[in-house]
Amino acid sequence: MAACSVEELLVRAAQDEAEKLKSISVQKELELHFDIGNLLACDTNRVEVRDFREQKKEDFLRSLARDNTQLLINEIWKRPTERLEEAIVTKLPEPITALPREKPAPKPRAPTKWEEFAKLKGIQKKKKTNLVWDETAKDWKRRWGYKRAGDDTKEWLIEVPETADPHEDQFAKRSKAKTERVAKNEFNRLKNIARAQKVKLPGVGLTPTPQQSKEDLARAASVARTSTASAGRFQDRLPKEKPLKNTGKKRKFEPLIGNFSTEKQKQLELLKLMDGKRPKLNVTKAVNKQMREEDREEAAAKYKKRAGKKGRKGSMPGKAKGKTAKGGKSGGKAVVGGKRRGKTGKR
Amino acid sequence: MTQLDGVVKPKTKRSKRFLESRAPKLTEDVKTAMIMKGGNASQTVTQALRDIYSLKKPNAVLYKKKNITRPFEDSTSLEFFSKKTDCSLFLFGSHNKKRPNNLIFGRLFDFHVLDMIELGVEKYVSLSDIKTSKCPEGTKPMLVFAGEAFDTDNEHKRLKSLLIDFFRGPTVSAVRLAGLEHVLHFTALDGKIYMRSYRCLLKKSGCRTPRIELEEIGPSFDLVLRRTHLASDDLYKLAHRRPKALKARKKKNISHNAFGTKFGRVHMQKQDLTKLQTRKMKGLRKRRGEMVAEDQEAQAPKVVKVES
Repeated sequence: MAACSVEELLVRAAQDEAEKLKSISVQKELELHFDIGNLLACDTNRVEVRDFREQKKEDFLRSLARDNTQLLINEIWKRPTERLEEAIVTKLPEPITALPREKPAPKPRAPTKWEEFAKLKGIQKKKKTNLVWDETAKDWKRRWGYKRAGDDTKEWLIEVPETADPHEDQFAKRSKAKTERVAKNEFNRLKNIARAQKVKLPGVGLTPTPQQSKEDLARAASVARTSTASAGRFQDRLPKEKPLKNTGKKRKFEPLIGNFSTEKQKQLELLKLMDGKRPKLNVTKAVNKQMREEDREEAAAKYKKRAGKKGRKGSMPGKAKGKTAKGGKSGGKAVVGGKRRGKTGKR
Repeated sequence: MTQLDGVVKPKTKRSKRFLESRAPKLTEDVKTAMIMKGGNASQTVTQALRDIYSLKKPNAVLYKKKNITRPFEDSTSLEFFSKKTDCSLFLFGSHNKKRPNNLIFGRLFDFHVLDMIELGVEKYVSLSDIKTSKCPEGTKPMLVFAGEAFDTDNEHKRLKSLLIDFFRGPTVSAVRLAGLEHVLHFTALDGKIYMRSYRCLLKKSGCRTPRIELEEIGPSFDLVLRRTHLASDDLYKLAHRRPKALKARKKKNISHNAFGTKFGRVHMQKQDLTKLQTRKMKGLRKRRGEMVAEDQEAQAPKVVKVES
């Protein structure tokens, strides 16, 4: 009797379970595609048009939607849940559906001229401390910017150098130098941007330099000469003035009539050059190329050496000192030898 | 603006922040939609636009004035507006004799039109026509697509992708189960597309997963496909390109076998086997005298130090 009741109970429990599942289970011919990250379900089953026409349209659509939503909900409820501030929360996976981006991926910034040069030479950025000790103020101050240590614009007295003109305003000189440095930096920034965007810039003529060399002066003279309304056409030359190097040469044509022997000779020479198998060697270019390559190799070797010691680079002055001293003791000779070898290669 | 992005140097922090918010990012923000109407728009179209705006609300801009433009003929003004408001989805509604009650869904890539699909509204029930309690604003909807056309037909496929893009809302890492309230159901049937919006009622089923009952809340559309403007394959591919930085990098020295068991290589220091404790037995016990001798051997340098 007792055994029978147990069996009955088991059967009843199984039935109950099945009934419970019935209310949430849906039969479909093809499985739905889910993208839980987007809360998305795609039903690829064929929708029976006949059913649709026979039934009331809205009811049919609702029952279809119910079934599909039930399947989606079942799929979501399968995922692990957790309690978060009185609410039950499910973690969603990453969306699978590939959707187009809004904008193309960001591009890395093009390196500046300095960055390119530093890479070629293997120069690495050194981290400097933000605060430095100011001897006059007896305090730690910023290295740069407002209230910086050793701010030379805030000095109330400047010693006039012996060689300087005593009537010259030293304060004005300093501030002018500063503005010029700022302008130069801005100019370089703009040049870097132009280079990064591959914009061809017109020549800028003369840029101010602190010390004008002989070439600079000659360029300045030639620019001044051509800066007239007639582009220097009626400008007289100074006595003993040489024509500027690397200026445009006027094309000269052979005469149309008369002796053609020179023309013939030129053409033949050109043909000979074209016919010859051996390419002409541009010595300067080749030498430059070789030197560049060696520089690059050297820089790479240096970089590798530094990279090996990574993590020991100290910004602290004391630490750095210790390191250099050590280097000098142990590997000083080897470094010198390496350098010499490099130089001989260059020659 | 995009051409000058490198050149424009913001003068204030605020403008810098603004430009950064507009600049392309690795993981992008939610796509916002601009919803606008053409020179002529019927009552249905205007109401439809307003309803879709309320579905999409925090990530949408509703244009109040008419914009006399035809996206299929000239999309420059749309591109201009998208640049202004930084939107990459649009919905354009218009009404004329040739194409009554017209809705154009579209999306842009890099401020240029990628896809545009024109849909005609045949039957429309607005959100306010159905008097039931609605879902709260900004609910992330569940999207369901039914009908084999969405899987076979090229235009329908693209439309599906566009609709997912349009309605999916923000991508989230977790979702509150009780907050799964809103269902958008798209059915492709008989050459038409039925869009229905339901509120989802979670009923007790006796087990953990609830039973679902649906209640229509509107808006509901019966749509027909009209003109389409689909992106060329290479542009479409370009728009889908994922940046390298986002791709998951393969972790070294970790492998899985057929059963999904994880294997890794563990690096350990060399073990000192001289100090290994083996089984203790009476017979192997060291005697007093031996022990002293051994100790002396082991600590020989120390002893030397003491002597010196």
